[in-house]
Amino acid sequence: MQQTIKRTIFFALLLIIWQGAVRIFDISPALMPAPTDVYEALAKGFSDKTLIYDILASLRRLAIGLSLAIVIGVGLGILLAKNKSADETLGTLILALQSVPSIVWLPIAIMWFGLNEKAVTFIVILGATLVMTINMRMGIKNVSPLYIKAAQTMGSGGLDLFFKVIFPASIPYAVTGARLGWAFAWRALMAGELLSSGPGLGYTLKFASDFGNMSLVIAIMIIIGVIGTIVDITFFQRVEKNVMRRWGLETSN
Amino acid sequence: MFLHINEVNKQFLNQKEVSTVLSDINLEIKEGEFVSILGPSGCGKSTLLSIVAGLTKPSSGEVLLNGQPITKPGRDRGMVFQQPALFPWMTVEENVMFPLRKEMKKKEAKETAHQFLKMVQLSNYTKHSPHELSGGMQQRVAIARALSMNPKVLLMDEPFGALDEQTRSRLHTELEKIWLETRKTILFVTHSISESIKLSDRIVVMGTRPGVVLEDIHVKIPRPRANHPQMVTKLEEKIMGLLQSEIDKVVKEELAYAANN
Repeated sequence: MQQTIKRTIFFALLLIIWQGAVRIFDISPALMPAPTDVYEALAKGFSDKTLIYDILASLRRLAIGLSLAIVIGVGLGILLAKNKSADETLGTLILALQSVPSIVWLPIAIMWFGLNEKAVTFIVILGATLVMTINMRMGIKNVSPLYIKAAQTMGSGGLDLFFKVIFPASIPYAVTGARLGWAFAWRALMAGELLSSGPGLGYTLKFASDFGNMSLVIAIMIIIGVIGTIVDITFFQRVEKNVMRRWGLETSN
Repeated sequence: MFLHINEVNKQFLNQKEVSTVLSDINLEIKEGEFVSILGPSGCGKSTLLSIVAGLTKPSSGEVLLNGQPITKPGRDRGMVFQQPALFPWMTVEENVMFPLRKEMKKKEAKETAHQFLKMVQLSNYTKHSPHELSGGMQQRVAIARALSMNPKVLLMDEPFGALDEQTRSRLHTELEKIWLETRKTILFVTHSISESIKLSDRIVVMGTRPGVVLEDIHVKIPRPRANHPQMVTKLEEKIMGLLQSEIDKVVKEELAYAANN
């Protein structure tokens, strides 16, 4: 409870300082709008539903991209963990690609798919797949040999051993992979939308910026941050925590 | 002979040096016997158990169960490890049903699981997750799980080594009771002299580097052994004497190794 009070006071102070600074130094709204202007832009966007459509469009793209990325990442991760040759070749490529921000793929994606949703979805998939693959591979590789030995003495082997023991044992890593994948995908999506076409939060941000509407730009930045935080805290962190506890990996606190 | 360990040798390649872990092990174990394998750490007792389980291959020699050579792990040999090795994503009941799920219908598997959980006095915890149970309870689930598939032999690798003294003592009593009830053949690896005397019909004392059988002792003290403290102490002293020279050997080797490096 004390945490909530601290947070409320902190954010209230931040808003007061922001509002005060803009008023006292008489900063032009084209450079830095006051919180009240941002609030107006938000209220307008939600009342005429344009922001709601943007949010839904962005989340839809993200959901498609992230789901595909998780499926592909799980498959690739298992392949890399189980096949040494694939790990030594494809694994190195994936590690190398991981250091290339997915947004730099956009120009070529636009050439392939055109200036449309497909190009952006491609960027999102790319952004999340690599981190999912790497975590899944780690998960399979780090399954306790004790579980495997115990299962073998109970007559399990081959595919049964994989699906009943090795895969479930790797779930904590997969969940972490999905959570990181979500963060990568969200960033990639916003970057992709900024440089591509709409509808979507990123596109509307670019549009507002072209018209010098900085109140709307900041309003959208806040929405991006709030959605990112809410999804992370209410969904991924909660799932991760439950899985860690259930799998007995939680450090006592 | 029921379980026949025949001329088993095991070498490991350790930094280009061949180290012999087990040297010419011969043991014959009768059906229904409770046999402890006792020795200092590094004597290869766990490796021997792992060979019987089929998880490790011997360098030479073979292990026969009912005349059949052991080549891989199987449901005829249940194993309990030092760590409970329960699957955390399953409930207690599902864990015990794991080895049964292919052999019988779900309902039957559930009934069997409950029957063995009752044997280890955990009937009230069937729907719990392993992490909600104490270490001793988890180990009891592991014992129930191994017994539920009705193995010919129960292999136990220092199963109570990670537990506190009181829990260990309670589980000794419980294991003895289960053994008297089921008359399973048990191969029990331990480094605790008192544990081996408390539980077993036979104590195979092993020496280290290389692992050899020093002595095969038949324990003739009537059960429960706690009622005959004098006989227990006498046997304890005898085994202590056997192992003392082994422990000295380990210390001497380690000092020599330290001096040379």
